Amino acid sequence: MAAQGRHGGRKSNKMTALVVDDNMVNQTIHHRLLDNLGIENEAVSNGKEAVDIHCSGKTFDLILMDMDMPVMNGIEATRKLREMGIRSMIAGVSTRSMEREVQEFMEAGLDDYQVKPLTVSKLISIIHKING
Amino acid sequence: MERNPMRRQLQVMRKSLFDQGYLDEQFVQLEELQDDANPNFVEEVVTLYFRDSARLILNIEQALERKPFDFNKLDGYMHQFKGSSSSIGAKRVKAESTLFREYCKSGNGEGCMRTFQQLKKEYATLRKKLEAYFQVARQAGPMETACRPK
Repeated sequence: MAAQGRHGGRKSNKMTALVVDDNMVNQTIHHRLLDNLGIENEAVSNGKEAVDIHCSGKTFDLILMDMDMPVMNGIEATRKLREMGIRSMIAGVSTRSMEREVQEFMEAGLDDYQVKPLTVSKLISIIHKING
Repeated sequence: MERNPMRRQLQVMRKSLFDQGYLDEQFVQLEELQDDANPNFVEEVVTLYFRDSARLILNIEQALERKPFDFNKLDGYMHQFKGSSSSIGAKRVKAESTLFREYCKSGNGEGCMRTFQQLKKEYATLRKKLEAYFQVARQAGPMETACRPK
């Protein structure tokens, strides 16, 4: 994996990711999917926690952002992260599939969007975009 | 052909879960994440699902006791429940969730209540079948690889 991809991220040989999802089942699955691909990862439960972890100085190569979350949803969190200058790859991962909803999420600053449930092949296609 | 009788029984149970439409491809995705370092991953996720979703079912039950129905709230709960169900491959439960949400969107309270009763039945059946499946799985020992249902 690149030490510093075009989407930013720490200088490290290992890719890093942040899972942003309020659902514990999805957090567990996404964590395992990322682990399986050798990607160091952490999980937070809403958009505000995602923003806060970046404010603490951490950055990630990849952020998997759910849309519907309490406190701060994925659209708001994505917008805020981009305003903060976060250039990480942000992939929206949600069950929403209506064009209007996906467009609003994309316009907030996503690099990619995948419909849940997330699978190995969907995750690999996201990662290819980081390395591409 | 599996020689170990426990594993044969497990294969039969597994095939039945797919053939009868209780599970879909997403369950296979979970199985593929299971390995020597995470030998009980599928059971752990499924256990987490039933624990987590019990709370959502209770929320929906309580919301259905309040009149008039708050269809937005009901839809919100079911959206979360459907998401979890989808993530473990709970095909029938997911189908009832989808139907429930359609009734919410059309403001059909009777439809919501009827579908919710069916959903709870499917949920309870799935739970029972998966508990039995994992009990046999524990006795059979680790399976070699996940395989897609034919």
